Amino acid sequence: MSDLTDLGIRQIRDGVADGDFSAREMAEAFNAAVAAAKPLNAFIVETPDHALAAADRVDQARAAGDTLPSMAGVPIGMKDLFCTRGVQTTAASHILEGFKPEYESTVSQKLWDAGAGMLGKLNLDQFAMGSSNETSYFGNVISPWRRNDGGNAALAPGGSSGGSAAVVAGRIAPGATGTDTGGSIRQPAAFVGISGIKPTYGRCSRWGTIAFASSLDQAGPMARDVRDCAIMLEAMSGFDPKDATSLDLAVPQWEAGLNASMAGKRVGIPREYRVDNMPEEIEALWQQGIAWLRDAGAEIVEVSLPHTRYALPAYYIIAPAEASSNLARYDGVRFGQRDLPEGANLQDMYAATREAGFGDEVKRRILIGTYVLSAGFYEAYFTQASKVRALIAQDFERAWEQCDVLLTPTAPSAAFALGEKSADPLAMYLNDVFTVPSSLAGLPAMSVPGGLDKAGLPLGLQVIGRALDEQGVLNAALAIEERAGFVARPARWW
Amino acid sequence: MSVDTATVKRVAKLARIAIGDEEASRLAPELGNILGWIEQLSEVDTSSVQPMTAVIPNHLRLRDDVVTDGNIRTEVLANAPQAEHGFFTVPKVIE
Repeated sequence: MSDLTDLGIRQIRDGVADGDFSAREMAEAFNAAVAAAKPLNAFIVETPDHALAAADRVDQARAAGDTLPSMAGVPIGMKDLFCTRGVQTTAASHILEGFKPEYESTVSQKLWDAGAGMLGKLNLDQFAMGSSNETSYFGNVISPWRRNDGGNAALAPGGSSGGSAAVVAGRIAPGATGTDTGGSIRQPAAFVGISGIKPTYGRCSRWGTIAFASSLDQAGPMARDVRDCAIMLEAMSGFDPKDATSLDLAVPQWEAGLNASMAGKRVGIPREYRVDNMPEEIEALWQQGIAWLRDAGAEIVEVSLPHTRYALPAYYIIAPAEASSNLARYDGVRFGQRDLPEGANLQDMYAATREAGFGDEVKRRILIGTYVLSAGFYEAYFTQASKVRALIAQDFERAWEQCDVLLTPTAPSAAFALGEKSADPLAMYLNDVFTVPSSLAGLPAMSVPGGLDKAGLPLGLQVIGRALDEQGVLNAALAIEERAGFVARPARWW
Repeated sequence: MSVDTATVKRVAKLARIAIGDEEASRLAPELGNILGWIEQLSEVDTSSVQPMTAVIPNHLRLRDDVVTDGNIRTEVLANAPQAEHGFFTVPKVIE
């Protein structure tokens, strides 16, 4: 494999602009890496021609002396939750198998406009519901990482953006899109030792992104380092009149604003994030992160987010409730699969289509969502959860009186083996304990690799910031990145 | 909290998902377990709290009431499992 695939987004962009290599050479190198990575099962569809066509446009623009856009020549992976014109888009479900959108999602269109090309559509948990990429109709994604015990157990890449995490960590793509509803960018980024940021709710348009829980869903980049995330987030963000919750604000120049000095900044450490049974190594890494930020000039303050323990149960009412409503559109009439048993009427057709088309976890969440929204239960469940959500957001508001960003671990464990948690849905839900509260409050949050555990697996640190302060989040993450010196990468076995 | 199979079937009917007896018996304890865990929310005093309606303060935008899209029947029908004469088709609803 060519060394070109070792390069990240910034290096590719600059190298193409400087003529060190052509965009086509870069696309060919990553296309070859994609073709060789089948054992990871990270792609549902490969699109080498899309990557080459985008690269050729960039090479022609450069030859013509045009100014190159911000991601010119960078081939990326696209989570299969973003609608891509003419390219199968499934959300890793059977019910959307064969669906080829007639339109392009705003986020993917912005990336193509920025000069990026598409290597393929990345596998994920079905409808982004999962934390291990084990709910995909197209099979599990295998993490490129293995424990150092020689056992070669297949590990979860995290979820739901598991394919995105696997290809960036495995040097199969320099960057990939993710989406985050309760931690689906940050947890997989932590599991595979890469960076990923969920911006403030409303920064990235949700138009053309297959909906899971609309008040929580946010797109974001997953890449090798903080700078690459800043570049890609700039390309993905921006106002879109087609999304009613899109923020009508100019996109800040996050890359130009990067600054690893934390002088004059206060970093809050939420005491409620010390959970039971957290591995010692994660506590130790958290302490190390505190030391790194202090070294960068920050003042460390302990803060309290008293409603933290209610975030997960509130999330598991709100997200399934919104999902049950959003997924009502899959009826076998307008798009996707239809199951029409002999002699079936319209209602039978709906029920059969949805029975055959949705996986177990999706059905479980639709049923929970339907239950909590049903007559007689709505107030006790959904309204109560929406009130608790307001209290959680208020906790963060109070914390911002004492600090500028918060530092926490990203996940309560390192990557687990495939199958290890899938028997107990509740145990799987608890893996999102550190990422869900900031999702409920719509805040920007980022995972950055901090180190390895005893088994040789990556652990991540999470930085949470004020609404619209992606810059503060990126800068704190950069301060950690510079001190962590994380260079570990999975040895290639695929 | 215990959820019986009749409840599972009732909810599945509301959600338009066909579910057999065996699946309903498997799902009942699973859903009971999850709903039981969610139940802890009731201990939070929210008597003086307004439910959250917008995650990030935003204003509702208005636009001119004009046609901005349309004449894309082929595209709209392109992914339909069954389309005839420019329409979506479904099993007969009225005899």
